Amino acid sequence: MSLRNVGIVYRKELTEAIRDRRTVISTILVPLLLFPVLSVGFGSLAIVLVGKAKEETPKVMLLGGADSPAVVDGLKKLDKIEIVPETSDWKNLIISKEIRAAVEIPAGFQADVALQKPETVKIYNYEGELKSEFATDKVDKYMKQYRDNVVKERLAAKNLPETVLNPFDVKQQNVAPPEKVSGAAIGGIIGYMVILLCMTGAMYPAMDLTAGEKERGTMETILSSPISRTHLVLGKFLLILTAALGTAALSVLSMGVSFSVLAHYTSQSAGGRAAAAGLLLHLGPKTVASVFLMALPIAVLFSAVLMTIALFAKTYKEAQSYLTPMTFIIIIPAIASMLPGVELTSRLSLIPILGTSLLCKELVAGTYHWNLIALIFTSNCVYAAAALFIAIKMFQRESVLFRS
Amino acid sequence: MIDARGLSKRFQDKKRGEIRAVDNVSFQCLPGKIYGLLGANGAGKTTTLRMLATILEPTEGTAIVNGFDVVEHPEKVRANVGFLSTATALYRRLTAQEFVEYFGRLNGLDEPTLKKRIHDIFNRLDMNGFRDRRCDKLSTGMMQKTSIARTLVHDPPVMIFDEPTNGLDIMTARTITSFIRECRNNGKTVIFSTHIMSEVEKLCDTIGIIQSGKLLVEGTLAELRDKYAEHDLEEIFVKVVTPHYVAEENN
Repeated sequence: MSLRNVGIVYRKELTEAIRDRRTVISTILVPLLLFPVLSVGFGSLAIVLVGKAKEETPKVMLLGGADSPAVVDGLKKLDKIEIVPETSDWKNLIISKEIRAAVEIPAGFQADVALQKPETVKIYNYEGELKSEFATDKVDKYMKQYRDNVVKERLAAKNLPETVLNPFDVKQQNVAPPEKVSGAAIGGIIGYMVILLCMTGAMYPAMDLTAGEKERGTMETILSSPISRTHLVLGKFLLILTAALGTAALSVLSMGVSFSVLAHYTSQSAGGRAAAAGLLLHLGPKTVASVFLMALPIAVLFSAVLMTIALFAKTYKEAQSYLTPMTFIIIIPAIASMLPGVELTSRLSLIPILGTSLLCKELVAGTYHWNLIALIFTSNCVYAAAALFIAIKMFQRESVLFRS
Repeated sequence: MIDARGLSKRFQDKKRGEIRAVDNVSFQCLPGKIYGLLGANGAGKTTTLRMLATILEPTEGTAIVNGFDVVEHPEKVRANVGFLSTATALYRRLTAQEFVEYFGRLNGLDEPTLKKRIHDIFNRLDMNGFRDRRCDKLSTGMMQKTSIARTLVHDPPVMIFDEPTNGLDIMTARTITSFIRECRNNGKTVIFSTHIMSEVEKLCDTIGIIQSGKLLVEGTLAELRDKYAEHDLEEIFVKVVTPHYVAEENN
């Protein structure tokens, strides 16, 4: 009888939730559309913009250099750079983006270099401005190449090998498998997203099923039926939990598909970016399942806590004002897990959201610390059970149900 | 049958301290009879009826509803009660039929019984025209009929009506009053609260006048007329209640 009643309440709440436009938008549409828009939308836009910026032939002003024809000729021959003659307002022209950079060749540069006197070539640019930085890079690369050639000539003149100046090379080589690299790079984000979305998914139904019910006057109707308040609260709780997990699942699915599409798209247009986006493809079903398993007690905790808080409110609006600050409380430990150097320890494992976020990072990297997994899962289950117990107790209190 | 035994309900208010919403109220309602609880706004009618329906728990005293104690077996009491008030709203996103079915299932009806019961009730209340319409699209009259169907779906022996006609137009109110009469004719125990004198005169077998949480007087309409030497119920009500109003203001 008891499970039957919980099921009856759950089915009814599910029917109502599916018919509620606001719930459908917040639980289904937003998570499904958020990632495609954020990743594919903004990602491809960024790629297009960067591509366009790279294709542009920037104007670079030459300051001085009349007595250094070799350098100037070399600059003029550079691909996709337009060298413009010197004017006095070159600074303003850079700021107003009419030219992208200016290169200052000091007087007697070529002669001084030949005499081995120290010289400095200055490149003026607009820091942080993408097109200006591209132009600067091209000029900088050319000047360094010029300098290397001078060094080679000097060494050759003295019959010295190039290894005099460059006795050895330093190279970095990654030995971690791709899933570990992706874990370190995006593991924190996955945990953070799953936790945040569990909460956003739970938030709307938590308010609708408690404060919303009070506001619409149906609380008294349901309380006059023979169902026990414990079964009633469990039925409602299960619906909130479904919304929390559903939102998180849809988001992860949408995120996976979006990044795959993005990776495919970028691999055709800009090879470098594909590697970064492609990292997500190493999330196997086992990893996703383990992340979700660990998110389950957190989702239970959120659902129970949000329901309890929203139950205190008399109206939907009042519930919103109580729950909105909760977002920040939950986001802070989740963000903390993404800070560099914050590693999973047994002490941090006991902090509800932080522990799970850090663990998700490890799970995505394919590392399974079984002791900590057990500790986090158990402690979260304890917190979740306590929150659910409080929710049930609150539902028994007339001062909460009939607050006026 | 309803047997209220010294029912009391106290609330704590931050500003006003302890409030005695209902104070040691005892009365009996018999099957096939309508008991009218008459009182001004804030007299304690709703709190009394909510305690009988086990929506609120008494601070002291108890009531036996159809053989079950409201404190000890609240769920059994609710299974024997149909509770209707203007505050008992409908689930707007369910259809009229889904709404009634939901409460039928919560009352433990199996599917064949529920189907038959809904068929009978919807025919009797002429609800077939809007059975598949969502509750937020119903007119006030249709909403009231749907609420009535909810209270009837489990065929409870006790009916509790808390100001059921409050704010309704005459035609919709008549649907409710004729339904209350029908409940009595079907042998149900009916208790009903109102501050509308004409409804009490038309419907009630026994009248209880409540003020400041206390049941001041009870009896049949004829007994009250004799006792206060007044024919008009409103005059009787004013005579009974006025001294307590003064007392309350002095406090």
